[in-house]
Amino acid sequence: MGGSTMDQIVQYIQSYLNTRGLTPGAAGNMFWVLVYIMLVFLGLSVAVIAMNWLERKILAHMQVRLGPMRVGPHGLLQPIADAIKLLLKEDIMPAEADSFVFWMAPLIVVLAAFTVFVVVPFGPTHAITDMNIGILFMLGVSSLSVLGIVMAGWASNSHYPLMGALRSSAQMVSYEVAMGLAVVSAILMTSLNKDGTGTLSMIGIVQAQQAQGVWFVFKFFPLGLIAFFIFAVAMVAETNRAPFDLAEAESELTAGFHTEYSGFRWSLFFLAEYSAMIAVSSIAVTLWLGGWLRPFPNLLTGPTWDQAFSYIPGITFLFFAATCFYNTVRMPKHPLFRIQTIGLAGFGVVLGLIGLMLFISGVSMRIQDIFWFSAKVAGFMYLYIWFRGTFPRYRFDQLMQMGWKVLLPMGLGVLIGTGGMGLRSEIWNQAVLPFGRWIWSLV
Amino acid sequence: MTDPNTTLSHLDLADLATHEKPFLDANELVINMGPQHPATHGVLRVILRLDGEKVLGLECVIGYLHRGVEKIGEHRTYTMFNPYVDRMDYVAAVSNGLGYCETVEKLLHVEAPPRAQHVRVILTELNRIASHQLWLGTHALDIGAITPLFYTFRDREEILKIYEKYCGARLTTHAFRIGGLQYETYTGFEKEVKTFLNFFRPKIDEYEELLTTNRIWVERTKNVGAISAEDCIALGVTGPVLRASGVKWDLRKAQPYANYKNFDFGIPTGQNGDTYDRYLVRMAEMRQSVRIIEQAVDALPEGPIMAKVPKVMKPPVGEVYHSIEAPKGELGYFIVSDGSTQPYRVRVRPPSFVNLQALDLMCRGELVADVIAVIGTLDIVLGEVDR
Repeated sequence: MGGSTMDQIVQYIQSYLNTRGLTPGAAGNMFWVLVYIMLVFLGLSVAVIAMNWLERKILAHMQVRLGPMRVGPHGLLQPIADAIKLLLKEDIMPAEADSFVFWMAPLIVVLAAFTVFVVVPFGPTHAITDMNIGILFMLGVSSLSVLGIVMAGWASNSHYPLMGALRSSAQMVSYEVAMGLAVVSAILMTSLNKDGTGTLSMIGIVQAQQAQGVWFVFKFFPLGLIAFFIFAVAMVAETNRAPFDLAEAESELTAGFHTEYSGFRWSLFFLAEYSAMIAVSSIAVTLWLGGWLRPFPNLLTGPTWDQAFSYIPGITFLFFAATCFYNTVRMPKHPLFRIQTIGLAGFGVVLGLIGLMLFISGVSMRIQDIFWFSAKVAGFMYLYIWFRGTFPRYRFDQLMQMGWKVLLPMGLGVLIGTGGMGLRSEIWNQAVLPFGRWIWSLV
Repeated sequence: MTDPNTTLSHLDLADLATHEKPFLDANELVINMGPQHPATHGVLRVILRLDGEKVLGLECVIGYLHRGVEKIGEHRTYTMFNPYVDRMDYVAAVSNGLGYCETVEKLLHVEAPPRAQHVRVILTELNRIASHQLWLGTHALDIGAITPLFYTFRDREEILKIYEKYCGARLTTHAFRIGGLQYETYTGFEKEVKTFLNFFRPKIDEYEELLTTNRIWVERTKNVGAISAEDCIALGVTGPVLRASGVKWDLRKAQPYANYKNFDFGIPTGQNGDTYDRYLVRMAEMRQSVRIIEQAVDALPEGPIMAKVPKVMKPPVGEVYHSIEAPKGELGYFIVSDGSTQPYRVRVRPPSFVNLQALDLMCRGELVADVIAVIGTLDIVLGEVDR
């Protein structure tokens, strides 16, 4: 009896494995959806931890300093130490705060930041679900986080957080419009193919780029590029990062909306900020940079190149492993550093094993999409850090000016231009030519 | 102890409290910025009256770092008081020492020998560079550019190393003595200073590369906190702030002290008196300081480093005011002697304190973010404001 139940379960799971070409959610089964949710949540947490360390290190090296070096080899365990510190900290709530709202605010921000990943396509079959209104869902949910920020600022019952919250909401309102216009022009591009049907599904948008043989950033040059630029600026503003980090402007508002937060609640805001960064970067990658598609699909075609590109994930991880080993050799030869040296070598071995595993063709075929997607998102993450190291902070009114007077008209122009490019033969045949003939007849 | 708020008459705080508020009240927001705040450069407390983000008025509350330096001066001999002045503007300790030593020398009618004068000029100008570097780093940090801070501190370190080698201290150096110098320069001093100058010249370009044409930086500083030359003079504002408003007033040229008249250097001035001009003026001043140091090192004469001064200093009865061009403006000392070993009265005219008075005028009608920028551009050091 027990054996047959086991068989049934195995059959149940296998039945879902057979629905090839469909994402777990679209296949309509609960089991794989849950598995993917766990995977995405885990991956996201690891990404935030990695991002925390990378930001400190990259920023430090931009600023002629070393960054964390003490906790673990090259400070690799610093984010973990920080997490432990934050969890063990006393939970402080200001006496005058509205306790329920104060308690809810970080939860809303975190929920908004994580829920977005429901529709992010890491690959043609690697997504929790494939909604036919994916991009709308994503924009809608990701802008919910401002609600949490306003709640946090209001509930703190303190001047600086209140101002931070107000700034944040004004900023969000003015940038969301330009962002929306840029997104609409990208969606418009999906419909400008032979059969003329567009899509709002995140997976569909990438597949449209695949079918049309062009990433939308290069489509109707330079229209796609401008739309991408608008989105890139707006997404930095949307996530409250430098140079648009007015809501938490340290030198002005001490810490902005989360001034009164500490410990675990603060760490939730931190988590939300970084996952929101990853989320909007994923939108940008999906809409303009071909999502999971590998680079140079038109230039370097053929099975040989496919094979060559499938080695890149493995090579990347082997490169990381080699970096670890190089630094292991460079570690000080003092007994105090023995554990750190062993740790770094161990980390290198793990990375190397992952790299070797990625050379197995079955694995690399399945993982490739996720790798390219993550690599593109990582590029955006680097951009975020670079901005932070380079730019001073915009002032409130300048930021609004930029949103309404520069980005919004640009977005409208791109939208009209994209539409015009899509209908150019119709415009030519039905407007320009008749008008020319009419002029000609007058002559 | 009285509540400091009660003294803030023009803010009408008491009125705000008793005012009967409507259900949706649109009152002004009174925000207390400091004394613990990331951007008030120490323990400055600014009470802002805001309409949304717009500043309607502000009041500075100072005194959180008051140590009674002037009073201490009355209870120490002339030589004993010398190290205390380093603690006022602690980022430009050498300038403070120069001002004090020269004032007492004026009182004693002695003059430091030429070699001492030269070394004093070298160290003071190095100090001007160090002070401006610290200003640049923190000012940029306040406006949100975090990277220049590390660049300037990296280069400031080289100056501090020279100080450390010369007198053993890095920050509060006590480098000069009344009548000259205590220490002869160390071996290789000239070479090291020259190495620093060659190292530093491209670094100024590096700072400028990061900021001068940076669109956001220009937007954040142009036409922000502008102050006219008339207002500057009426308020007694001096230093780079005054020069950025277009007044060519530099005590090194106007009332030459030490031996500045031997050196060829320019006085950079601005036109608009805004934050951007003050930034440009200070950047140009660093270049001019490099020029002065170069000339001073090249022409460093041999000779004694100490004038003949009595072991127990008893200046003749009288009073003297002497001022120098410190990195932040006119630093003046007014010393009254009653013929004893201790001054009867020491009064310091600190540039930061006087310049800070312009804050209200410069910030009115600007936004909160500009207050930070203006505090940064005034380049105040609270040790000097409160003394």
